[in-house]
Amino acid sequence: MKNISIILILSLVLIMVSPLLAQKKNQITITGSTTVLPIAQAAAEAFMDKNSVNISVRGGGSGVGVAALINKTCTIANSSRPMKAKEITTAKSAGVNPTGYAVANDGITMVVHKTNTVKNLTIKQIKDIYTGKISNWNQVGGPNMPIVIVSRDVASGTFEVFNEKVLGGAKVIDSAMMLASNNACATTVGDTPGAIAYIGLGYVTDKTKIVTVENVMPTVATIKSGEYKIARKLYMYTNGKATGDVARFLNFIFSDKGQKLVEDQGFISVK
Amino acid sequence: MNTYKEKLFKALTYTASLFVIIFLFGIIYSIFREGLPILKVVKLQDFIFGSAWYPTHEIPEFGIWTLIIGSVYVTLGALVVALPLGLGSAVYISEVASPRMREIAKPIIELLAAIPSVIYGLFGMAFLAPAVRQWFNLPTGLNVFTSSIILGIMVIPIIASMSEDALSTVPKALRESSLALGATKWETIVRVVVPAAKRGIIGSTLIGFGRAIGETMVVLMVAGGSAKIPSSIFHSTRPMTSAIAAEMGETVVGDLHYQSLFAIAIVLFLITFATNIFTEIVFLKRSAR
Repeated sequence: MKNISIILILSLVLIMVSPLLAQKKNQITITGSTTVLPIAQAAAEAFMDKNSVNISVRGGGSGVGVAALINKTCTIANSSRPMKAKEITTAKSAGVNPTGYAVANDGITMVVHKTNTVKNLTIKQIKDIYTGKISNWNQVGGPNMPIVIVSRDVASGTFEVFNEKVLGGAKVIDSAMMLASNNACATTVGDTPGAIAYIGLGYVTDKTKIVTVENVMPTVATIKSGEYKIARKLYMYTNGKATGDVARFLNFIFSDKGQKLVEDQGFISVK
Repeated sequence: MNTYKEKLFKALTYTASLFVIIFLFGIIYSIFREGLPILKVVKLQDFIFGSAWYPTHEIPEFGIWTLIIGSVYVTLGALVVALPLGLGSAVYISEVASPRMREIAKPIIELLAAIPSVIYGLFGMAFLAPAVRQWFNLPTGLNVFTSSIILGIMVIPIIASMSEDALSTVPKALRESSLALGATKWETIVRVVVPAAKRGIIGSTLIGFGRAIGETMVVLMVAGGSAKIPSSIFHSTRPMTSAIAAEMGETVVGDLHYQSLFAIAIVLFLITFATNIFTEIVFLKRSAR
């Protein structure tokens, strides 16, 4: 009886300790922005096929990723925005030296319901819609139909870029719907004839219609050249300059093969 | 040997319950530690009663009144849906149904409680919201009305199951005396059985209230998320839970926005905690059962 319980306890301890032992072997942990998540996921899978490295990829959001980098609980932090000054100061005081790598370009696309006749909006018009100055589609050359404003949560990386490039710091009207993901925005616009939303280029569905901004269509070429105005870069941050397996992994993302994966996920290569 | 085993068993169960208490206090301690510092910057009354929620704006504003009202609206809406349906099913199962029917109906209603909330959310977002938009010819179906219905369906099993327990503990003698005095079955149920089980029914409603106000996934997916006090049940709203869930992932750890989300968690915690304690003490006396 006694022996059995001792064996039981010993094996329990072993089970609890074993993941710690296993992790010693070439472990890369990636955490952060859900926008960058599909890129990191695809790249990690392809990279692990060829190399004996174990890469675990998690979401959580840009803020979570940066915090994990500062707490040293991840090797790479994904972020859909450049790190904020405050975050860099916190990192430095924790002895972490964040180094950013722009791994992809992302265009933020304005979408409306597929039946909407509006084809183009200026940045000024988009700003007026989101701040509540324009509330009917007939004010921008569309049908007589109230505009249903769909926005991302104000804490999301996507909102931050929209805020910077379009709103210029103005407040989104409080009746705007605030949704938690690119997918939720795309689904809502697809189901709602009067809706407008901004989403990542990779999330456009056939139920939604892309609206040109300042008469520029968001395409690979226009986003790379900077001609399309609502665009951003996606980052991976490491502590100090990447070395060893991490450097090889980042090199893989920057390789033709890696950038092909970026494009497969609906983003635009940095090359 | 036997006493050794007894002692070990006692120690094990004691440790288990001790851990539960440690976890509870650990959670309470950490949300207060992370959330209270916001009050150094924002006044308590501005935080609770301020109606502008612009946490990431250049000049941030942290007023959560709209979020509190959002939570209260969808929760009351859920109870309006759940109370008649839940109580109705409870009365049917306890008073009307044949024993065989009872064996079938009760587990089926309780099965509703076993469905993960994200599935309710998906159903609401993909089927109910578009349907609501078309039925009422609205600009959007993600609103108080839709979320109340979905939350209501989630609360039904709680109210039905607990009310049924309360109804079935009403002494048989009461029913028989009522029937013997010439009351019909309907009169007996409405005038005698339900009033006798009043405490349990109100208790189940309050537990349902606590469940609905704390529900996150459904409101995140279905309520629409506008931080504005809805002026009609067909406007979208942003309950406290969905603000926390949607914004926490992207905040800078330790800054004001982060603290304000923990402070919302404190408010939410106090509301559910008070409801639960009140319900336990006033309506569901443990010792009496």
